[in-house]
Amino acid sequence: MKVTNLDYISANPLLPEVRDAMIEAIKKDYGNPSSAHSLGDEARNILEKARERVALLINSPSPDDIVFTSSGTESINHAIKGVAFANAKKGKHIITSNIEHNSVLKSLRRLTKSGYRVTSVEVDKNGLVDPANVHKAITDQTILISIMHGNNEIGTIQPIKELCCIAREKNVLFHSDCVTSVGIMPVDVQELGIDLISFSANQFNGPSGVGGLYIRKGVNLWPLIDGGGQENGRRAGTENLIGIIGMGVAAEFAHQEMQSRLSHMKKLKNRLITGLKEKIDDIIINGHPELSLPNLVSLSVKYIEGESIVLMLDEEKIIVSTRSACASGSLRASHVLLSIDLDYADAQGTLVITFGKATTEDEIDRFINVLKNVVATLRDMSPLYKKSNT
Amino acid sequence: MYSEVVMDHFKKPRNVGEMKDPDGVGEIGNPVCGDMMNIYIKVKDGIIQDISFQTFGCGAAIAVSSMLTEMAKGKTIEEAKKITNKSVAEALKGLPKNKLHCSNLGADALQLAIRNYEDKKAGKVRVKLPMEDVHTHTEGDLCKCPYCSGDVDQGLEFCSNCGREISDTH
Repeated sequence: MKVTNLDYISANPLLPEVRDAMIEAIKKDYGNPSSAHSLGDEARNILEKARERVALLINSPSPDDIVFTSSGTESINHAIKGVAFANAKKGKHIITSNIEHNSVLKSLRRLTKSGYRVTSVEVDKNGLVDPANVHKAITDQTILISIMHGNNEIGTIQPIKELCCIAREKNVLFHSDCVTSVGIMPVDVQELGIDLISFSANQFNGPSGVGGLYIRKGVNLWPLIDGGGQENGRRAGTENLIGIIGMGVAAEFAHQEMQSRLSHMKKLKNRLITGLKEKIDDIIINGHPELSLPNLVSLSVKYIEGESIVLMLDEEKIIVSTRSACASGSLRASHVLLSIDLDYADAQGTLVITFGKATTEDEIDRFINVLKNVVATLRDMSPLYKKSNT
Repeated sequence: MYSEVVMDHFKKPRNVGEMKDPDGVGEIGNPVCGDMMNIYIKVKDGIIQDISFQTFGCGAAIAVSSMLTEMAKGKTIEEAKKITNKSVAEALKGLPKNKLHCSNLGADALQLAIRNYEDKKAGKVRVKLPMEDVHTHTEGDLCKCPYCSGDVDQGLEFCSNCGREISDTH
């Protein structure tokens, strides 16, 4: 039986067109884009072509505002640490939210060891940041606000445009981790009025190991990686040309197919949520009911634990992700789920279901039916299920 | 991630379910850690005639519970007292290092069930024992860092060996 992949957020399958372009590129044996000779010219041209395609996806005013990196994580580290180091004389205060990805949280945590101060704003039960709280947190020492766009665990989409407005008014730079949103839903950097966004190719059917950082013209930040003058001196190291070519093709398709993919995913998401509510008792759909990523459903199944669910689904050739503490390296319950006031037991039973262009309605239906049986099996074993029913 | 024996017990757990009129019950764990186990025993002539479990937890926790019930079934109380978390993990052909502590509570739950049985027999009514009273670390006195497997002191935010972040509630 074919594997049903509902864990797109871990890694999207490559688009066939992306794979072909990358294989072609490998066969072609490109030179180094920094070389002055003709082999270098050819490589440089194809690199810049990819940059244009990525720029178009996020409506960047110029391709030069895009820096290619190794991942969304690197982009985020670059944005946060780069701004912090470049603006240390102005101030050492940074604002973020309680539900950021670890690459934001840990970058900031490391900065606090060098005298930076971080304010983290709370979210409500739907996972939304209140812009008024961000406004209140700004001081004359604040140099950066970093708040994510779509949350990777619960899908909630933050009011980035409004937040950018507040930041601009107060002359504070704004960065957003847009890893889950770029290529999935429209992200227009000019419309948002944003200074920096981070994104990653593997979220929109491109290869893993390539990311992008948009830097608005005039924004000062230090490079994270020092060396040669690649990427306009912003990121040293010979470019991952094969990966970048793949990212460019993936970006072009994501841009062209944006509307059709969106309506496909919205249909799947509705079907999934309706089916789950109909067939399985005692579940919670996390995140905001409307302001949410179109390709993600966060589901807490009461009385059972997530890793067990994932393993049992895996036996049935269905792949999903869990945010239970047991499945994470740190054995700690997800900070995002605890921030939206889920209790520990419910956080333990949380799955993140993500899908994409190639996902079918049949796959969604099969998932719901198989999950129903898995839930019944595990609940029969669970002491919590018994207790809650007596 | 898991050994074949673990996966076998996870997929086909033995002796699942609540027991009617058990002679002893042992409950351990809490959902904050991620795992809860109940062990039920029926004892006749000093022998564990029947045993069953209920578990809320990961694949390892379920496999541990299942293996434990197989190991204890038919044993005398004195023999069953010798079953440790370590021997259960060994019978499962090993568990991932970071699961040894949190999920490997089966023998502790069994010891609680035995104590509960002995108390009942002696006519003692004892309040439920806190987990700390019976919990023994599987390997020596310390917990292990999930990354480098080095010993970890209680209450530290970072592993003192490899510098990586670890759970403060491990």
